[in-house]
Amino acid sequence: MYELIVIGGGPAGLAAACAAWDRGLRRILIVERDKELGGILNQCIHNGFGLHHFKEELTGPEYAGRFIQLLKQTGVEVRLDTMALDILPDAEGAAVHMVGRASGYRVERTRAIILAMGCRERTRGAIGIPGTRPAGVFTAGAAQRYVNMEGWMPGNRVVILGSGDIGLIMARRMTLEGAKVLACVEVMPYSGGLNRNIVQCLHDYDIPLYLSHTVTDIRGKDRVEQVVVSKVDEKRSPIPGTEMVFDCDTLLLSVGLIPENELSRQAGVEIDPRTNGPEVWQDMETSIPGVFACGNVAHVHDLVDFVTEESQRAGEAAADYVIGRRWEKGAGRPTSDERTIRLKNGDGIGYTLPQRIAVDRVDKLCTVAFRVSRICGPSRIVATDGAGERIAAFNRDRLAPGEMERVALPRVLLEKAAGDVTLSVEEKEGESA
Amino acid sequence: MKELICIVCPQGCRLKVDEEHGFAVTGNGCPRGAEYGRVELTAPTRTVTSTVRCEGGAHPRCPVKTDRPVPKGSVFSVMEALEGVALAAPVKVGQVVVENVCGTGANVVATRDLPSV
Amino acid sequence: MYDVVIVGCGVVGAATAFELSKYKLKAAVLERENDVAMGTTKANSAILHAGYDPEPGTLMARLNVRGSALAGELCRALDVPYKQCGSLVVGLSEEDRPRLEELYRRGKANGVPGLRLLDREEALALEPNLSPETVGALYAPSAAICSPWEFCLALAETAVNNGAELHLDTAVTGMERGEDGWTVHTLKGDFKARYVVSAAGVDGAAVHDMVAPHAFDISPSRGQYYLLDKSEGDRVGHVIFQCPNEKGKGVLVAPTVHGNLIVGPDAQPVEGNDTATNADGMAFVKATALRSVPSVDFRASIRNFAGVRAKSGDDFILREAEGAPGFIDLAGVCSPGLSAAAAIGEYAAGLLKRAGLKLVKKDAFTVKRRRIRFKELPPAERAALVERDPAYGRVICRCETVTEGEILAALRGPIPPRSVDGVKRRVNAGMGRCQGGFCGPRVVELLCGELGLSRREITQDQAGSWLLCRETKGGGERV
Repeated sequence: MYELIVIGGGPAGLAAACAAWDRGLRRILIVERDKELGGILNQCIHNGFGLHHFKEELTGPEYAGRFIQLLKQTGVEVRLDTMALDILPDAEGAAVHMVGRASGYRVERTRAIILAMGCRERTRGAIGIPGTRPAGVFTAGAAQRYVNMEGWMPGNRVVILGSGDIGLIMARRMTLEGAKVLACVEVMPYSGGLNRNIVQCLHDYDIPLYLSHTVTDIRGKDRVEQVVVSKVDEKRSPIPGTEMVFDCDTLLLSVGLIPENELSRQAGVEIDPRTNGPEVWQDMETSIPGVFACGNVAHVHDLVDFVTEESQRAGEAAADYVIGRRWEKGAGRPTSDERTIRLKNGDGIGYTLPQRIAVDRVDKLCTVAFRVSRICGPSRIVATDGAGERIAAFNRDRLAPGEMERVALPRVLLEKAAGDVTLSVEEKEGESA
Repeated sequence: MKELICIVCPQGCRLKVDEEHGFAVTGNGCPRGAEYGRVELTAPTRTVTSTVRCEGGAHPRCPVKTDRPVPKGSVFSVMEALEGVALAAPVKVGQVVVENVCGTGANVVATRDLPSV
Repeated sequence: MYDVVIVGCGVVGAATAFELSKYKLKAAVLERENDVAMGTTKANSAILHAGYDPEPGTLMARLNVRGSALAGELCRALDVPYKQCGSLVVGLSEEDRPRLEELYRRGKANGVPGLRLLDREEALALEPNLSPETVGALYAPSAAICSPWEFCLALAETAVNNGAELHLDTAVTGMERGEDGWTVHTLKGDFKARYVVSAAGVDGAAVHDMVAPHAFDISPSRGQYYLLDKSEGDRVGHVIFQCPNEKGKGVLVAPTVHGNLIVGPDAQPVEGNDTATNADGMAFVKATALRSVPSVDFRASIRNFAGVRAKSGDDFILREAEGAPGFIDLAGVCSPGLSAAAAIGEYAAGLLKRAGLKLVKKDAFTVKRRRIRFKELPPAERAALVERDPAYGRVICRCETVTEGEILAALRGPIPPRSVDGVKRRVNAGMGRCQGGFCGPRVVELLCGELGLSRREITQDQAGSWLLCRETKGGGERV
């Protein structure tokens, strides 16, 4: 019987397991489907990681390496090349079915679980690009694996659809390895990636970014030969007559990430359709007691540093759950006589996380992560209670859906709030971005 | 006055750099932004990250980086210098792969451990 | 000298090869692509129709009903995913009622078992997600769903196991009749045969015209589909057709044997084998499907695709070509071609017999095929399997839970796959919601290892569909 099984040995799982160990758990198992720890960071060989957490700029493998070293100093067990197949929760915890080449088919029992399976990429089928079905249409992450891990180029002349960070990073990476990146095409009027990546991945290499454009046709019988790019109107419908044809052999898709929650769903965890991840309490516990979620399985992050921080919270909370000292530390879910505040999304807010707050168990501050649903200039993030009273406001110069934001709601203010709390964006009139 | 987006951190501050007055920077959220604004307009630099071949390890490529930023103009020369370089596993993170690459003063170093298999 | 050469290894060619492999004769199937099931067989509705649709008395009507029954038996014998889920033709207005009744009468005439006309309440009780506009439905309990490419593969593998030859990458370029039979020219040399069966799908007329005066046209008709994630797989439990009317045949909404939901097709005339999708067609399919099942969530789409049906007139063309003795056309096999395929195979054997071929049963004909599906095994059997062969302990495709052991078994099977999609068609790896984003590189690695190929030589699917073009970082030794 384990105290904690962490599913996934990427940045979320590593940070959660270390934090749970530091807080006193001694029987922890990480189940990792790959042959090594580190998850997607292993293929993110570019730098820019760790500025918040380590106060220095690291590459993905270096960031993962730091945590792998930390983990080695603990007694956390790791099972590599092993896939968790089923979670069956019961009164004492849960049974986790898993299979691995070396370890065989095993059913392990545990008191608590941390879901840290990460996310997957949206595909051509999800966005329905018309045209033929040749080889040469890759998700940016799959191309990244081929180039960075295996040392193989998926093509020579490339168009990238979507300006998410992975797409931008791959524009630079493919260019450096000798490919010609012809264009980066984004259906929205703004980029989905970080500004600094637009500068250092596109501008540095004179790669044009077409905002409010999309791919409207893929041509080529066996391999991509051309893609057609059209301008779109404000409803994101292609405008006839605006077609540009690019001769290329490759189309990379960077059109969004989806938290990978099949295992969570099947275990009965409630999923928030806005995040596509589990609904969680302030300490990252899901709707099932003792089952926690963190990292990209809970909501898609831009920065691994925030994954780490969130996962440490989940690891500590899981430890508190197992050891039974949740009340002292103020974590956990409310008892029947305690208050629950649900966080609701008001104007301009795409999602919030957590979705539920057990007010009496918030330590001093409750960190709320969220994304806005449109580009905003100078704004106030406003928290309003059920009576319409404003309980807190936070200023921001600029907000973009591509950048996850965080605010910290003080417990004292939450205690005063009547009913549920709604987060919304108020743009300041007359000021420009 | 020149406008820049700072690439030092994910914040992406919008900088204004006054070329005529000693490259004074405004709009930066931290001192590193001021430094970036000045350097970007005088002698821009970039850290190069890439891979090199690796024999006998868990993967056929090992990720590497320049251990400090190199002049922006030498990015492609650095890439060329990595062409044909082959490491042999085991590789340790931080291990120097190419010393003083292209005379930039920067070393190319491995960014992960690659044990031999 | 072969007794019979079959041109094309879609489901019709495979069914014919399967049938002929029961007899003491030498048969070869020539397929121009690098795998079987590469044309219409891999892109259709995956439905075994009950058989109320074809005009009574036609070949279509006869072979559909017989073929669907045979397909059920064969799928069970050959371990092909199959489910007799039944179908409903849904009437959405009062005008549809007489049409449903007409289909009922046709079905009765065609010998379709168990047909029943349902009123609104009965239909909604059977399928609660049907449109509230539903006025009634025709229920056909014998309709079924299957995996069309695995059905084709299973037939072809069984034929090969029983002595038939399969030649892939063997496009037919011409044909001529000599004294003792046919010489079939291909990109891989000549094949001599006493009889030739053409099962060339969309190219049926072109192959016919190599040997005989032009006798029919094929009008390729493209149908586009959505495939939705398993989260939508329970939206309906039966195949839901719309009542054909002056606005068209409507589109169907159906579960698949893999647990997804399939929606489509439209019908657009095209030149040749044009399987491109277009925005208008996809929008039509979506809008039309929502009329019968309004709650389908198209945001769960994981793939769009199109297939081309080889339509020619109102019936299948199954006959010895006039002016070309010993040359049999199996042409114009559009819908319900998959349903009829097994019966077309039998029928083709009959045509050959009539043309003079002696059919003597083999003493030993083995109809047996089993494939390990890790995902479907109970825990104890999974454990035993991994114990026996650790390759079954390594999950390669996480969306569909497909193990390395299953992929290796396919790669060592009677018709080994040579492409990433070839692996997908055999074991489902890459068929799930991530569409091979995660497992693609791992499948490539297994293909390279097992076939002794470089990554440059691996294709996504057909020849020419290369995946990777060159290595990074040159070669040489400097450190």
